[in-house]
Amino acid sequence: MDFRYTPQEEAFRDEVRTWLEEHLVGEFTEVGPAAGPADDRAWDVRVAWEGQLGEGGWIGLGWPKEVGGRGCSVIEEVIFNEEYAKAGAPGRVSFFGEGLLGPTIVALGTPEQKQRFLPGILKATEFWCQGYSEPNAGSDLGGVQTRAVLDGDEWVINGQKIWTTYAHHADWIFAVVRTDPEAPKHKGISYLLVPLDQEGVEVRGIRTMVGTSEFNEVFFTDARTAKDNVVGDVNDGWKVSMATLGFERGTAFLSQQIAFENELNDLIVAAQKHGATDDPVTRQRLADAYIKLKIMRYNGTRMLTAMARQGTVGPEASIGKLYWSTWHRRLGELEMEVLGAAAEIVGPDYGLDAFQTAFLSSRAETIYAGASEIQRNVIGERVLGLPREPAAG
Amino acid sequence: MNFAFSEEQEALRETVAQFLGGKSPSSEVRRLMETTEGYDESVWKQMGEQMGLQGLHIPEEYGGQGYTFVELGIVLEEMGKVLLCAPYFATVCLAANAILNVGSDAQKKDLLPGIASGETIATLAFTEPSGKWGADGIGMTYESSGDGFTLSGEKMFVLDGHNADLIVVVARKSGTSGTEGLSFFTVRGDADGLTRTALETMDMTRKQAKLEFSGVKADLLGEEGSGWDALSKTLDQAAVCLSSEMVGGAQQVLDMSVDYAKVRVQFGRPIGSFQAIKHKCADMLLEVESAKSAAYYAAWAAAEDNEELPVVASLAKAYCSDAYFHCAAENIQIHGGIGFTWEHDAHLYFKRAKSSETYLGDATYHRELLAQRIGI
Repeated sequence: MDFRYTPQEEAFRDEVRTWLEEHLVGEFTEVGPAAGPADDRAWDVRVAWEGQLGEGGWIGLGWPKEVGGRGCSVIEEVIFNEEYAKAGAPGRVSFFGEGLLGPTIVALGTPEQKQRFLPGILKATEFWCQGYSEPNAGSDLGGVQTRAVLDGDEWVINGQKIWTTYAHHADWIFAVVRTDPEAPKHKGISYLLVPLDQEGVEVRGIRTMVGTSEFNEVFFTDARTAKDNVVGDVNDGWKVSMATLGFERGTAFLSQQIAFENELNDLIVAAQKHGATDDPVTRQRLADAYIKLKIMRYNGTRMLTAMARQGTVGPEASIGKLYWSTWHRRLGELEMEVLGAAAEIVGPDYGLDAFQTAFLSSRAETIYAGASEIQRNVIGERVLGLPREPAAG
Repeated sequence: MNFAFSEEQEALRETVAQFLGGKSPSSEVRRLMETTEGYDESVWKQMGEQMGLQGLHIPEEYGGQGYTFVELGIVLEEMGKVLLCAPYFATVCLAANAILNVGSDAQKKDLLPGIASGETIATLAFTEPSGKWGADGIGMTYESSGDGFTLSGEKMFVLDGHNADLIVVVARKSGTSGTEGLSFFTVRGDADGLTRTALETMDMTRKQAKLEFSGVKADLLGEEGSGWDALSKTLDQAAVCLSSEMVGGAQQVLDMSVDYAKVRVQFGRPIGSFQAIKHKCADMLLEVESAKSAAYYAAWAAAEDNEELPVVASLAKAYCSDAYFHCAAENIQIHGGIGFTWEHDAHLYFKRAKSSETYLGDATYHRELLAQRIGI
């Protein structure tokens, strides 16, 4: 067991650090990390920053060199994310492209699709959003009803997606749609790439309890996309959509770790200022938050080692999302506790401070990207081998 | 960046697991727990002679195998899995570490080879009837005269105190309090003036004793007054060791729960197909894997003997204590009525989980200690 980095990895870290020092200047220093994955404050500045990252070759680090990536190892990706978080660099805007759609196309796309779509992600000139959930298809993604019908050399799409982060900023959407209503549920689905800037697409913001409209509804009314804009085979989209979800379990988690460490440090400082650290119960809760955050890092490092050495992961990987979302939700509650009566007072226009924002937005964290109940089902069935519930009907 | 065991370490685990599987089936646990000594002499001997387990992390120059806390953690995990009834924790994780931390080179050469070979069963006597785990729990004073040192007073909750050939005792100089004035001594188990009483315990797989000292002649171990730093370090190391042992037990009760949930049929299907049971098991897996991460990292920190050790020892003890107890409790719940019987093994793990949670300070105690150690 060894928790040190190799000389090459340290050299890579120096390279990242140097580049950030040189480029994280001016207005870029005023933005800071995102308050959540749907936080779209200072969007234009962040897009400009993303362009800088693209020019510097920092997007698609783990992608193969043949498709324009850097072929970095898992550890190097983690190092980049760690240094990025330490530098307090702007919240990324390319997650859906770089983290989800890009790797999906790298793995399952045609050469033409790689040529057409990957450069835009790598240079941050084209942005994506994810069209999965619908009003009747949340945890049950297989229940999607948005319909796509082939009309000559175009797909015609009708239906609705919901909870679509950044749809109001994105250029394209990758959407899971039904292309064969007669086939069994999971077998009539296709993975389509659809441009958003067209008459048939309407994006409407949804105001969340945080007071902002970071999630959207996307309505398709005879929207169109080219026949070739399907990833994988027609009616084989379920496999592709699951591949995308697999990439969600990426290497961003260790930089999330650093953001959490900063947040916990801020909480401890606030608690000390308020005299809350004299209270033995508060001390217990702060210590517990600290312990579980450290263990989050240890779990991540164990998973990383398995990924780097074997390319596969063990049971410690399946608990990640359940673990961090439960932890952060509990931290939000502790933040409100420490603030006490002052926790109720907000700024003009429902202006929330960092703790208040974390408290409210963390309530969604146990729901999106696989609700906690679904995570427990997956752990129980796929990791522990417990039997599935009998199917309906 | 490599948070995994090496091939040799995995091989060690397999060998020890096989050995223990043969020597410590449930029937043996039940047989030995009913005895006063609570262990099997011939198995203890084999542990030393065949496997070199008692000397695993003792340096070679003192008769040991020269491995580290990481290998020791692996062995303890496997012992915890089978509820091994033996004075191993007391001898190796308490006494041997105390001697290594405080003894002079000559004293280490004198005392450790016997421990490493399995010839000498040993323990650390520091707690007293107050049951406090820190320096303020030590009230026993020592007398020094021209002839040497004598000890008078009572030590309680001494693991394998009635079995030990060698007892390491912590006492304070008269007139001192807190972390000041503490010293270590050694006393033979059959010393004059020492009365040892084996205690009945709720967890019958871990034996405890009361030791009454009446002017017992004692040898100073290490320097006079060397006490608190060395004791604190010894207790941190012991907490790390206990965390490893708890992880083994936690994995075992998770396995028991999952196995049962797959075969027990009610309402026409295995109970594991119901979400209430399934989600309980999922939560247990999260705790077991997290407990492993904590215990393995702590073992590494102990092996490195770095400045992280005190914080990480409390971190591991707190988390693993809660995790093991919670999983052992859920194991009973998942088994329903039969989980409550003496005949089923669930209560053995439940009781070991509780005694391990308590020993060296529970999660509440260690969270407060951690809060102090990180400067909250």
